[in-house]
Amino acid sequence: MTGPLANHTIDSIRSGLKAKQFSAEELTRAALAFAEAENPKTNAYITIASERALAAAKAVDAKLAAGENPGPLAGVPIGVKDVIVTRGLRTTCASRMLANYIPPYDATAIIRLEQAGGIIIGKTNCDEFAMGSSSENSAFGPVRNPVALDRVPGGSSGGSAAVVAQGTATLSLGSDTGGSIRQPASFCGVTGVTPTYGRVSRYGLTAFASSLDHIGPFARTVRDSAGLLQVIAGRDELDSTSAVAPVPDYVSALDGQVRGKKIGLPKQYFEGLASETGDLIMKAVDVLQNLGCQVSEVDLPHTQYAVPCYYVIATAEASSNLARYDGVRYTTRASSATTLADMYRVTRDEGFGAECKRRIMLGTYVLSSGYYDAYYVKAQKVRALVTQDYAKALDQVDAIVGPVSPFPAFKLGEMVNDPVAMYLSDIYTITGDLAGIPCMSVPCGNTAEGLPVGLQIFTRHFNEVEMFRLADAYEKSRSE
Amino acid sequence: MRITEEEVRRVAELSNLALTDEEITRMAKDMSGVLTHVDKLNELDTTGVEPMSQVLFAAEENATLREDRERPPLSNADAVANAPVAGGGYFKVPKVIERS
Repeated sequence: MTGPLANHTIDSIRSGLKAKQFSAEELTRAALAFAEAENPKTNAYITIASERALAAAKAVDAKLAAGENPGPLAGVPIGVKDVIVTRGLRTTCASRMLANYIPPYDATAIIRLEQAGGIIIGKTNCDEFAMGSSSENSAFGPVRNPVALDRVPGGSSGGSAAVVAQGTATLSLGSDTGGSIRQPASFCGVTGVTPTYGRVSRYGLTAFASSLDHIGPFARTVRDSAGLLQVIAGRDELDSTSAVAPVPDYVSALDGQVRGKKIGLPKQYFEGLASETGDLIMKAVDVLQNLGCQVSEVDLPHTQYAVPCYYVIATAEASSNLARYDGVRYTTRASSATTLADMYRVTRDEGFGAECKRRIMLGTYVLSSGYYDAYYVKAQKVRALVTQDYAKALDQVDAIVGPVSPFPAFKLGEMVNDPVAMYLSDIYTITGDLAGIPCMSVPCGNTAEGLPVGLQIFTRHFNEVEMFRLADAYEKSRSE
Repeated sequence: MRITEEEVRRVAELSNLALTDEEITRMAKDMSGVLTHVDKLNELDTTGVEPMSQVLFAAEENATLREDRERPPLSNADAVANAPVAGGGYFKVPKVIERS
């Protein structure tokens, strides 16, 4: 990685500002210029937000000059997935439907991030309405993986992973419904966190599948991802599903104390694994063992049912959530429509891409009269079984580790014509969303071709502390 | 589960999607593929399993209730600012009932 942010973390920016090595405005200008120059390679940003970024940077400098605390993320350049609304800043959801949508309010995560002094550099590209595993389903063109430009960055938060990997942002926000943070983090060689369901307010996150949607951080280090989660986590009265549980201090919990921790390896996660990926995961397990962790096998017997379960529940919820895009309120209306019914039908056909239509259709089908019990209720029961698997396993161990994806980043276009194969690639990540437990991807090495692989860590509900502590100890031990 | 083109047309009506003939053919193939995979769920006996619609956590009964107080609402101008067609502070849509 090159550029003005190559060696920066939250801490280094804080100390640089304090020592007056640079101002927030100087760093932001450099970051914006680098993002403008690099973006054509990856198409990771849909919108670069120069004006907003510079205004935020000047506010940080003013606070510093006045001797005030500029906040825990002061001056840190951050990319935001373009499904999270930003007041006055175009938010497209990577869809033709919202190509000109200017939100009238900020998401709670955005308010918290900017109050903490964070600088929003731009809005990142992704799969349309966060539906996909490769960031190829974007009305603004596919995102390319900065590590290997002929490959996908993963998805759906591919742009958010790419900007951190490319050094055009230090941190970013993504969203995860079936693996959309962890899988791109693993493909791009950065850290990506899906917190406990409800840990971060979804107010202002464009709804895809509400019982599964999460906002979470990307960063280059575990410490930085903990630092970003610290800022955005916590109860929000504008999201009734946000959790009331207090937010612990994640960063100060990174004490390296992992000796004696019990780690479970789910045997179902190692069947049908690309051998290089499997080898790298087992090397990571060796590192954990050398740190004093006790490794044993755990059983997650319903893993193979997670993908079909997810594609019933997620599509059912998506078909309902996407009903609001009807040509009345959200910028786009088919010009040819002369009747109300045609306005709905033609606007939706023209505005949505193929994957969104596929999911709306599947969701409508599984919820339709005569199929509701056979598909939707059945899937909800299977979701309970998948969740029980994790509860039982996490009774025996402190954390579960395994791969994030069965294989590293694939080539652009390689999987677009086979939706089932694309869906199956999410097999190891979907389970965590169904159960609502915290999980993350931490880089664990590269294949012979130089493609990054991510190690996934799962812990109990609201036990992000244990997850971060283990990931941080692993990361430090690996880099030594 | 095979889905016929006729069923795809019915679901497209329910979804308010004006799919083209090519889209319908492709959709029948794609939906059949996904739903065949979904049929795998029937291998599991789920008798007596409570359906799970949401991740729930123990909390006090009123923990998620906020104080009932006035807050500034979205202004009318902001609310209709993104409308493709608006007028007089309203969203405008094509005529629904013809006058005789």
